[in-house]
Amino acid sequence: MTVTFIMDGKEITVEDGKTILDAARENGIDIPTICWHEATTANGLCRMCVVEVEGWRTLQPSCIVPAGAGMKVQTRSEKVVRARKTILEMLASTMDLSDAPEVLTMMDEYGASHERFPDAKRRESEIKDDNPMYIRDYSKCLLCWRCVQVCADDAQYTYAINFEGRGFETQIGTFFDKPIPETTCVLCGQCVGVCPTGALKPKRQFLLETGMSPQEISVLNTGRKRRKS
Amino acid sequence: MSEINLAKLKPAIEKFVPLGRSGLMPALHAAQNLYGWLPEPVAAEIARTLRIPLADVHGVIEFYSMYYNQPTGKNVIRVCTDPACALRDADGILNRHCEKHGLKPHQTHPELDLTIEPSPCLGLCDLAPAVLTTRGDLALEDFNADNAYRPESIVGGSLRLLTKNCGGDETTSLDKYGGYAALEKTKAMSREEVVNEIKASGLVGRGGAAFPTGIKWEGALKAESDAKYVICNADESEPGTFKDRILMLDDPHLMIEGMCIAAYAIGASKGYIYIRGEYPYIVPVLENAVNEAKAAGYLEGFDVEIRVGAGAYICGEETALFESIEGKRGFPRVKPPFPTTHGVFGKPTVINNVETLSNVPLIVSMGSAEYRKIGTEKSPGPKLFCVSGDVEKPGVYEVAFGATLREVLEMAGGVTGGKALKSVLFGGAAGAFATSEHLDVKMTFEDLRSVGLPLGSGVVMVFDETRDMRDVLKRLGHFFAHESCGKCYPCQMGTRRQMEILDRVAEGKILKEDFIRLQDVGWTMTDASLCGLGQTAASAVLSAMKLWPEIFVEGQKSKVS
Repeated sequence: MTVTFIMDGKEITVEDGKTILDAARENGIDIPTICWHEATTANGLCRMCVVEVEGWRTLQPSCIVPAGAGMKVQTRSEKVVRARKTILEMLASTMDLSDAPEVLTMMDEYGASHERFPDAKRRESEIKDDNPMYIRDYSKCLLCWRCVQVCADDAQYTYAINFEGRGFETQIGTFFDKPIPETTCVLCGQCVGVCPTGALKPKRQFLLETGMSPQEISVLNTGRKRRKS
Repeated sequence: MSEINLAKLKPAIEKFVPLGRSGLMPALHAAQNLYGWLPEPVAAEIARTLRIPLADVHGVIEFYSMYYNQPTGKNVIRVCTDPACALRDADGILNRHCEKHGLKPHQTHPELDLTIEPSPCLGLCDLAPAVLTTRGDLALEDFNADNAYRPESIVGGSLRLLTKNCGGDETTSLDKYGGYAALEKTKAMSREEVVNEIKASGLVGRGGAAFPTGIKWEGALKAESDAKYVICNADESEPGTFKDRILMLDDPHLMIEGMCIAAYAIGASKGYIYIRGEYPYIVPVLENAVNEAKAAGYLEGFDVEIRVGAGAYICGEETALFESIEGKRGFPRVKPPFPTTHGVFGKPTVINNVETLSNVPLIVSMGSAEYRKIGTEKSPGPKLFCVSGDVEKPGVYEVAFGATLREVLEMAGGVTGGKALKSVLFGGAAGAFATSEHLDVKMTFEDLRSVGLPLGSGVVMVFDETRDMRDVLKRLGHFFAHESCGKCYPCQMGTRRQMEILDRVAEGKILKEDFIRLQDVGWTMTDASLCGLGQTAASAVLSAMKLWPEIFVEGQKSKVS
């Protein structure tokens, strides 16, 4: 079974059940995404992939909405561009994007300003360096949820991390902010693998970036549990 | 924390074990009732007992503002600082409470006997300024009726159908209610006939979204499943809304009978009443009414359970409410699929607002044809309006759809002190502002829509000519920033940025281009947010920008101190 619909004026036919995003990618139409990842359940969080569908009241997340027969979809309407640009500008006013090259590229493409929101509260956080495997720098976290998802039902079933706070104050966290070695974390590294912004980073990479040499790092023996003195 | 005695926790939460994850919020309420807050060892014990991951339990505690994982007073004084209460010196009351007890807002007394907090709307707008001091009464089984606070409201209007038993000083008992005659009548009908009757009545949801009730019921009836649910959405949290509080407190059987009829119509054997945490004094009233109905045999084959929220406006959004019942953070789900096929626990669910369900016995009793004679063709039936703010007699007014704003304001005694009207916030925080130009608009879905006003949950919040709308807008901004769940980016960041700009507007410190900034944030939330909260978080602000563009422009001096 296939469905045929219109995207940006072009007639497109895809397999039934494919999302609008799938259809766009199969046909070389670029729709930006931030939270979407092939290994995690799509939640439609970042809303960067929104598109305008004729007759629908609000913009629709293309990562979730299946292409429907006869739909008329615009991927770059004025409303879509305003939403994407504003989301990017709000992100820049909220977090440290220095390790998020994909987002920085999108900002260039949409002409999004890094200084659009003056006097804006940022989400800032101390680096959490509490285990031998990875560091957590939530100042760089854009809340894509991928780490929480792979730690839970999308991959590892470990449930070491969840959310703290709510709304703008949301952050990824452990039970009562326990250090990672005191949680159920098995150091599988899947969360680090799916993090798009350097909020989760291998310890070795983090140390190299601070200017340490591989030799200096090797004598740290970070892979071993430190003996209590 | 060594002094925390876990021995008393087990017997308090054991009964929630069979509920699994869904037992989490009831268990947290019970535990908090015992300890005054939720210390780490208590949370860990709950996680172990209910077999829920520790991090998830913490995530739930962190989501709901009435759960505390820091030492908190046995009594919490919550002072509403939302618009209707602000008109009655809410800030002064908060300050005076703080001074009296030597505490700052959000601060807890070192002996853990008291915490003072500003609060989002408590649903007591007609009785503004509102303060709630019911901490410790949240665990249902330990609720002490002697402490119960029973707000008494003015109930008026040109009709008394929904409110025929409302407005007195006591709850209508089953005896006085007179039995579930409408339910008996439906049982002589087929399920399809009941659904058709509701469809024919033209009833649409009264919670704000105005979705046709019969269509919902039909969807759930047709869905094939081993289990179906009926949920009464009693999470009334829209600032300015208090009608459901009065219906539940004064005449709970009307709504419960409505639930029973819905259950029969779709074939549900389980129901929930999800009531907001800020209404603890209604919980024993509902429990008593459910018990009366059970004893009278009306709940045979339909088990009704009461669930209490814990401070989250978003849980009034139906899918967030499902998540909350399931023991999770109140994140709204992506729709479709819709509740009629994938509701609570993934099963077909009918979820209706208190007022919507209260209409159901009326429709069945009088017949849909007779019911349709009330109101207009496109907006049939009676409607409750929550009138608050600068009027002589704030209260709930029942009218037929089609009454004008002027008529309803006259019923409420007009603007306080004979002052002129500045504006009316229509439909709630998620609504829009009207002015004296709109006084003769008929209050129906179709007439209001044609002038760009939402009926919402029936809020009519009145501001007189002396009021500074910047202060109102500032409070709406704070409300949405506090209540955004944080799931989707436009609302998570947009509510915060909107609040910051509205703070500047109120303080007279507007920056260049704040007008366009506020519009871009507002429209981005409206167009691109995941759920109704984000999609309407800028609605009132955008309407104010049209009505009073001058207040958003640089160089304006503020009247707000």
